[in-house]
Amino acid sequence: MIIEYLKVFITGGIICSIGQILIDKTKLTPARILVIFVTLGVIFTAIGVYKPLVDYGKAGATVPISGFGYALANGVIEEVKDKGFIGIFTGGVKATSAGIAAAIAFGYLAALFAKPKIK
Amino acid sequence: MKIGKQTLKLESTPKILETSAAVGPKESDGPLGIYFDIKCSDVFYGEKTFEKAESKYMKAAIDNLLYKLNLQNDNIDYIFAGDLLNQCIASGYCIRDLNIPFFGLYGACSTFVESIILSSLFINAGYGTKVIASASSHFCSAERQFRMPLEHGNQKPPTAQSTVTGCGAALLVPHTFEKKVPVVTYVTPGKIVDMGIKDMNNMGAAMAPAAFDTIITHLKDTERKPEYYDAIITGDLGVEGTDILIDLCKDYGVDISKVHRDCGKEIYDLTKRDMNAGGSGCACMASVFSGYFYQELKEKRLNRVLIVATGALMSPISIGQGESIPSIAHAAAIENEV
Repeated sequence: MIIEYLKVFITGGIICSIGQILIDKTKLTPARILVIFVTLGVIFTAIGVYKPLVDYGKAGATVPISGFGYALANGVIEEVKDKGFIGIFTGGVKATSAGIAAAIAFGYLAALFAKPKIK
Repeated sequence: MKIGKQTLKLESTPKILETSAAVGPKESDGPLGIYFDIKCSDVFYGEKTFEKAESKYMKAAIDNLLYKLNLQNDNIDYIFAGDLLNQCIASGYCIRDLNIPFFGLYGACSTFVESIILSSLFINAGYGTKVIASASSHFCSAERQFRMPLEHGNQKPPTAQSTVTGCGAALLVPHTFEKKVPVVTYVTPGKIVDMGIKDMNNMGAAMAPAAFDTIITHLKDTERKPEYYDAIITGDLGVEGTDILIDLCKDYGVDISKVHRDCGKEIYDLTKRDMNAGGSGCACMASVFSGYFYQELKEKRLNRVLIVATGALMSPISIGQGESIPSIAHAAAIENEV
């Protein structure tokens, strides 16, 4: 089990380090980096590169924002198999709906009980 | 009287009778902490929003200024003030309660010196006997205005400067006032300079050419040498902007490196984490001048200073549309009478 945790930690760590390097060394804004990560997640899933990463790193690959792209792309692929063309539009949001709804709900709850702080 | 290209000589040398500075927790902990009048450890200042807090910082600075001189609101003729928020709401909502005629200014981080220039011109012309110049900024409201709301929990790029939380205010009076205090002798309003820099996280580099333009013009117009001044003080060029300014001046044949100081570099301990680029914002010059440099002048450790506040006149919208950063620098010479 320790080995599995280690794999997850290393996979997630590498993905996040790439983000940190982009923030430190390039002029990309954090918002752009976020969009790049989601889009790359989609592209890598579509060409079959992300799946092996998820098999190896589990949550280390699905929890970072690129994992959201992975979920989007997988959802579309599944839904297209099931429902055809319309699945391109419905699949992504369906597959990620739990995450999106949870973000809204917990975001709202956090806003009720927490105040932003200076960095 | 206009002299040279764009400098104004104030024949009646208005006096800066008193100043007042209110700052937030990070500024209080900085190397200049002991010089500020009001130090509030709460960024909310007991308010519900950061915008209201910023208004309250300004209110605290102005109230304290009046308290120090034992004056009431209705003794004040006019107030010139500004901040970084849309429609200058920090100043507007603060001055709503003061019942003083108000001119709202936007000069980005150059606002404080712009306020000083206009106030001293008003006094010089005899349009008033007590005029307040003020400017405020707040780290948290500025993040919302120019980057992302803090609630968003965004990562901050390490090169970005940190907006100063606080406010500075100064009271200008005619020369006939008895007290021996520093006077404003020359003012040089700046031109907009744009060298095509588009990086919002590198404002020091965008603003340095504007500071260079105004400083050189001021020195030419007044036929002074940089050594005439004990200090040429810029607002928030930061570490990188300062290097660029000094290099630009050197290439032009003027060496200001011995007298140059930058409020953004002095307000925080730059060796601390996330502080490496220094401070910025209207309150950077406003609070450091009102708190620190004014006292240095009063106690004669400095006798002749040129304050040069630089401002970047862009908005997140213009940057999003691919525009570069237009910059401006205003200068005012403040001196002790011999």
